[in-house]
Amino acid sequence: MSEYGVIGTRPPRPDGEDKVLGTARYGADVERPAGCLAGAVLRSPHGHARILGIDTAPALAIPGVRAVVTAADLPAVEAAGARLGEGPIDLQDLRSNVLAEGRALYHGHAIAAVAADDERTARDALARIVVEYEPLPAVTSARAAMAAGAPVLHPTLHERRGRGPAGGGGLARGNVASHQRYRRGDPEAALARAPFVVERTVETLTVHQGYIEPHNVTARWTESGVLEVWLSTQGAFLVQMQLAALLTLEPERVRVVPMEIGGGFGGKIQVYLEPLAALLARKSGAPVHMVMSRAEELLATGPAPGAQVSVRLGAEADGRIVAASATLAYEAGAFPGSAVREAAACVFAPYAIENVSIDAYDVVVNKPKSAPYRAPGAANAVFACEVALDELARTVGLDPIALRLRNRADEGYRRVDGPVFGRIGLREVLETARAHEHYGAPLTREPRPGARRGRGVAASFWLNGSGRSTVRARVRGDGTVRLVEGSTDIGGTRLSVAMQFAEVLGIPIEAVRAEVVDTDEVPWTDATFGSRVTFATGMAAHDAAQAVQRRVREHLAARWGVGPERIERIDGRWCVEGGGESLGFAEVARALCGGEEGGFFEESATVDPEGVGVAFAAHVVDVEVDTETGAVEVLRYTAVQDVGSAIHPSHVEGQIQGGVVQGIGWALMEGMEYGPDGRLRNQGLLDYRMPTALDVPFVEAVLVEVPNPGHPFGVRGVGEIPIVAPPASIANAIHDAIGVRLDRLPMTPRRVLEALGVIAAEDEDG
Amino acid sequence: MSEVMIEATINGTARTFACDTRDSLLEVLRDRLGLRGAKAGCNTGDCGACTVRLDGDLVCACLVLAVEIEGRAVQTVEGLGTDGALHRVQAAFVAEDALQCGVCTPGFVVAAVDLLERNPHPTETEVRQALEGNLCRCTGYDKIVRAVLTCAGARDE
Repeated sequence: MSEYGVIGTRPPRPDGEDKVLGTARYGADVERPAGCLAGAVLRSPHGHARILGIDTAPALAIPGVRAVVTAADLPAVEAAGARLGEGPIDLQDLRSNVLAEGRALYHGHAIAAVAADDERTARDALARIVVEYEPLPAVTSARAAMAAGAPVLHPTLHERRGRGPAGGGGLARGNVASHQRYRRGDPEAALARAPFVVERTVETLTVHQGYIEPHNVTARWTESGVLEVWLSTQGAFLVQMQLAALLTLEPERVRVVPMEIGGGFGGKIQVYLEPLAALLARKSGAPVHMVMSRAEELLATGPAPGAQVSVRLGAEADGRIVAASATLAYEAGAFPGSAVREAAACVFAPYAIENVSIDAYDVVVNKPKSAPYRAPGAANAVFACEVALDELARTVGLDPIALRLRNRADEGYRRVDGPVFGRIGLREVLETARAHEHYGAPLTREPRPGARRGRGVAASFWLNGSGRSTVRARVRGDGTVRLVEGSTDIGGTRLSVAMQFAEVLGIPIEAVRAEVVDTDEVPWTDATFGSRVTFATGMAAHDAAQAVQRRVREHLAARWGVGPERIERIDGRWCVEGGGESLGFAEVARALCGGEEGGFFEESATVDPEGVGVAFAAHVVDVEVDTETGAVEVLRYTAVQDVGSAIHPSHVEGQIQGGVVQGIGWALMEGMEYGPDGRLRNQGLLDYRMPTALDVPFVEAVLVEVPNPGHPFGVRGVGEIPIVAPPASIANAIHDAIGVRLDRLPMTPRRVLEALGVIAAEDEDG
Repeated sequence: MSEVMIEATINGTARTFACDTRDSLLEVLRDRLGLRGAKAGCNTGDCGACTVRLDGDLVCACLVLAVEIEGRAVQTVEGLGTDGALHRVQAAFVAEDALQCGVCTPGFVVAAVDLLERNPHPTETEVRQALEGNLCRCTGYDKIVRAVLTCAGARDE
């Protein structure tokens, strides 16, 4: 069936053996340089406070303490926007996030850092730093922060407008950092005329990426003044750029060495510990190693924004949607720059609607600065839209997938945020979901007294990303190839990139090995974000392989005295068209290396591709609701997704299964809970519950392949979209089971019992 | 703070080492014995990334004080297989693509080996129960559970 030899196969991942043996080296496993100190961070106990004074002298007096740093040790930086992959941030804000100056803006905000001979001494020393705070009232939801009289986080925010991501028009004032408006047609009039109107308002809590490996860093300064940093990061070059900007160094004076990474999902792009370790190392004159505790992870990294989202849909009696409006208020955290812009692009994207309005507010609150988390911004907004669609399907009496098919966008449709869809697989995805055995399978509505089962569906959209990537190929005289790239491998991309290289040259994947190298070894490469690596870095591998192939052709053309266009490859062997003498790749490679098996030659390619293939998915889920306890069990989950072209189908399935389970956690159990004092209540994994193997079923990933014309092998990003639909699909299934809608995430047993009227509702502003 | 000498069997080999009385088993394994397969994901016993066996029982190494292992036997992921000679559970994890970032993998491998020694033919539910103490954020557990079932000759539910 497949026209490919390597693409579409499932070779074992090259990093697998090291990982199962426990020999793979992550950032925390770095062999520490001689004399390495341990660093620790003092964090604000207040959600919002003025810092009146910091006395570090008592900490410095402790034996074994080698250095203490505060914001005063950070050089001043220009206000300038920096795009960190999917999340924009202003450099001054980044500096203020790294170490608080004047004000602590969230519980856990870094105030000072200590380096000492060992970690215990460093942590003990934190208690000796004297900080005088004047506590201020805190706001921890967008709704509260937008209310009249709310405490204002950044009194000068709007004077700085127009410089970086804080810029914005419309109703930007107070804590509203920006207000984006998108409009088409006359949605108000169309909604007023529509015979059917449904409206949903939902709220979601801040959630954490929950990678198992905490942030870590080891930093040292060489004798020539170069800063060397070992760590786990999604983007070594973005760490280099941030450190250079914050420490006012030339980027080439910063060498970043990416180790294996223990998960990121968007949360390991922005710097937190890295500048502190660099400052402490400079001040102490010794290398410094730092690792976050799990509490620090939850308190002071970059979770996904909580949001309040309202959606109205107006439809004709046949289910055709004539108008849609949405209001999106996203919690940026303590500094501007939530993913609300992406949310606006996603909320109605699957549907062709004539009259649309979207108001998107980026709102600062006393929480850590939000960061990307797998399809940043999309899940909250899509949750609102897809439960509204479910309501509409019931109102007009249509099958929910039929309703979505009737309103679907096709190639050529212009989204309200501007872009026009190219070849997309939405119709194929919806039709595949509708035809899937799961969708039509019988469901026992009441398997036992007190248990109710329901089925839900939701569609979803994600933008996917691109960016710059380079692949360097070193072809050795024995026919093996070493690829070097700058793209951190989280989901198996060393293999998916190498497979594309092998495919072009028709060589076995075993002959090609890809490695992720440090910032001195490869040109600037954007971070691993936006489901971009198999797409963009894979394209660089494709192009590098084509360069190798050109060399092969030219060599053989000269050798056989024919034009290069007459050289062809049949079953992996090169010959003049029509047959005759033939050579395998290893033989040609040896000849190109001057006959030396130990020789090599190199080719490289750099890309920054434009032809991003967007992603669509449709999910079907069965749940069982225990009406006595309120517990929701996910019984069966099917995720249908347009994956473009599955380079390594097991890896694609793994992305879908992992993303869906994160989405199940978001739907049912996860949420960072802040008290009225602005303090985070759940600071550990016992209270911030993520799904275990016992909480979820097998997730069936159904791969629909509608090739992306913007990629030589048709690749679309696959990693992010799987998290988007589960909150909506599960909410719709719960409604199908018990007849009530839950509008707040997570849909915990308590919320289910509240919705059923079994217990009284909690105070919303608790 | 005081240093004590500990004698214990680590992966079948008698070892004697100094440790601080406040050190956890995880800190000693990683920092003093150079066995960095067990990972520190939370240091509160919630994630299972530091799962090892102590006298044949699964423990979170972050919750065991190093001084508690005096005279006892510890088995870590490094004691299961070697390069080119993987334990069948390790081989199944690679073959079934039951890992992505891999930071939780050593803990899952140790927990799965422990399950299969106690219950050679577990059902899917028994596998999920046995792995409940180990968090994985990448895979959704699907391929992990399948990997364990394939090395088990699983029983129907």
